[in-house]
Amino acid sequence: MNKKLKLSTLALGAALAAGPAMAELVFPSLSYRTGPYAANGIPFADGYADYFTLLNERDGGIGGEPIRMIECETGYNTEKGVECYESTKGEGSLVYQPLSTGITYQLIPKVEADGIPMHSMGYGRTSAKDGAVFNNIFNYPANYWDGASVAIKHLLDVNGGSLEGKKIALVYHNSAYGKEPIRTLEELSKKHGFELSLLPIDHPGQEQKSQWLQIRREKPDNVIMYGWGVMNQVAVQEAANIRYPMDQFIGIWWSGSENDVRPAGDAADGYKALTFHNVGSDFPVFDDIQKFVVDAGKAAGAGDQIGTALYNRGLYAAMLAAEAAKTAQGIHDTKALTPAQMRDGMEALEITEAKMADLGLPNFGPEFKVSCENHGGNGLVAVAQWDAAADSWNLITDYVEADEEVLAPLIEEDAAAYAAEAGITPGC
Amino acid sequence: MPEQLAFTIEVFLNGLMAGVLYALVALGFVLIYKASGIFNYAQGVMALFAALTLAGIVDGQVPFSHLINAIFGTDVHHFGWNVPAFVAILLTMVVMIGLAYAVQRLVFRHLVGQEPIILFMATIGLAYFLEGVGDLMWGSDIKSIDVGLPQGLNMWIDETTFNALGYGFFIDNLDIVASIIAALLVVGLVLFAQYTKQGRAMRAVADDHQAALSVGVSLNFIWILVWSLAGFVALVAGIMWGTKSGVQFSLSLIALKALPVLMLGGFTSIPGAIVGGLIIGVGEKLFEFLIGAPFLGGATENWFAYMLALIFLVFRPQGLFGEKIIERV
Repeated sequence: MNKKLKLSTLALGAALAAGPAMAELVFPSLSYRTGPYAANGIPFADGYADYFTLLNERDGGIGGEPIRMIECETGYNTEKGVECYESTKGEGSLVYQPLSTGITYQLIPKVEADGIPMHSMGYGRTSAKDGAVFNNIFNYPANYWDGASVAIKHLLDVNGGSLEGKKIALVYHNSAYGKEPIRTLEELSKKHGFELSLLPIDHPGQEQKSQWLQIRREKPDNVIMYGWGVMNQVAVQEAANIRYPMDQFIGIWWSGSENDVRPAGDAADGYKALTFHNVGSDFPVFDDIQKFVVDAGKAAGAGDQIGTALYNRGLYAAMLAAEAAKTAQGIHDTKALTPAQMRDGMEALEITEAKMADLGLPNFGPEFKVSCENHGGNGLVAVAQWDAAADSWNLITDYVEADEEVLAPLIEEDAAAYAAEAGITPGC
Repeated sequence: MPEQLAFTIEVFLNGLMAGVLYALVALGFVLIYKASGIFNYAQGVMALFAALTLAGIVDGQVPFSHLINAIFGTDVHHFGWNVPAFVAILLTMVVMIGLAYAVQRLVFRHLVGQEPIILFMATIGLAYFLEGVGDLMWGSDIKSIDVGLPQGLNMWIDETTFNALGYGFFIDNLDIVASIIAALLVVGLVLFAQYTKQGRAMRAVADDHQAALSVGVSLNFIWILVWSLAGFVALVAGIMWGTKSGVQFSLSLIALKALPVLMLGGFTSIPGAIVGGLIIGVGEKLFEFLIGAPFLGGATENWFAYMLALIFLVFRPQGLFGEKIIERV
């Protein structure tokens, strides 16, 4: 009975993956508009939805094929995220972007079994960059380890090329996500001779006095933060309280939205955050969004989030999905797509500056190329700085490449461990 | 003074201050439990709702604007004015009294005499309902509360301790203000309970609500009064925590910080909430400083608070100041 059930499940999964191409291009949006993290989930979901609406309204979809976006509320809850996946995968969903490291980890074996691609942009399992092991998982253009590496490269730049004898503290969300950069930073500390101290903060992170008193006592030269939600706002406020220099405090991109700095007011001025896309609304695509989406009354939100860091990230995620779909349509010479064809498009995706300019997004994100071996792009990350008076983020560096000399062996090691655990034979 | 001793004293003082903030949340639970036997799961959400309402009123935000715009096709978000903080606090209090009235009339009046677990379940429902209403009313974006509370390093303490001990202590101005407000709040609540007619009636209901009813005390009025007082305490807690982190939906999770305080201090004692808060605050901060961070990798505060409370529970189930539970067969 059990064997029969398993066989039926496998057959159903295979049928879903290899089933006939749908007449619409279906993009599920696993969003969170409610719960403790709603303030961050809403602008991302709005940006994601508005870009697809723009394509439908202005271009009639992608390659003439209309887009259908299915939004499913996860509340940033892993169980609900998995339910969303299960309830929408039968709709012909082309690619999942779970917007949660926890959900991503749960979905990795599922999407591999179902043959549906998943894109965890700037989150999830870092070693998914190894496409030979993670066939259906993509994490371009940058991952957590790229972030840690570029943070250190930036600190090298501002410290005259040497971090020898410096003290760097990592303040992190005490979860799988927050712990991601530890191994990388430990390797980088050996390479560059800095002393690394680790300061975990338990969820949700409303009380951090102990950690910031420790920072006040130990006086690290720099603080790197991997936080999320209320933890970010409290950390920036506590740093201001102990008068820690803001320009020596740098957060990962999930600690780099307007929400994270505005509550601290002027005290947050100078705080830095990593990013893999540009900020603000001074790009031609936003004129089209205003005209075809907002003015037409079809915006996902109130239209007041346009140009914010998280709105732009959602828009960027949708743009990358749309470009992968276009690539897939070209490869397979078809307008309607299956998840397997979408996967091929993602694996052949190449983002150039010329393409970005054509899309109305000049200098918006890094150039990168995906391949079977490399599902993570080139690991190009920039640094942004908060200007409290202007109430805006400004990019203060170019997109800098991560230290592949350190990262590549770590990714290879982690991917090999997963392959052994999951019984996968790596191959392209 | 040896450096390590100075650090320990600084951590101790900051633990006291953190404990006051935990106690502010715990006070709301105690008030309702003492008067009605209801463990109000919604107390954290009440703090969130109060803070959202205050921030919304100060900013001149139109309540339910998204709903209004969706139904009527309008585009209204703000009235175009800002309300002074003091007036906004008063208006928020009016809203919290209205909420207390509605909760009593629509929910708990119909549940009189039900098992405590039923009443507890009702407060769970109330918590989620209130969170949804708060979202619909004021939106999910993070709001700042600026009611003029000072924040950041207290320079006087820093300089004085530096001159006296060679190490300047960090004490947050906001924590000092919170301590003063908590002290005033406790004194005010005690005076109210001891010297006013309503306060005495409240105590009578807490002691024996059937006896109180038999001498003409209106249970409905007292419960509305108690929920209003809990709403006021929630507003104070919401202002303090909202000033620290901005007003956002995770504010409701501050209730998690109050639970060990209640377990330790007892569910029925106002001084218990304060002393429990102080013990939890100091205990978790000292443990993190002396043992957690150096030997256990840090982030021990959350579980240590509960462990400490559990230890107290084993020896004194009713909490330090709680009333001893005696059941005769």
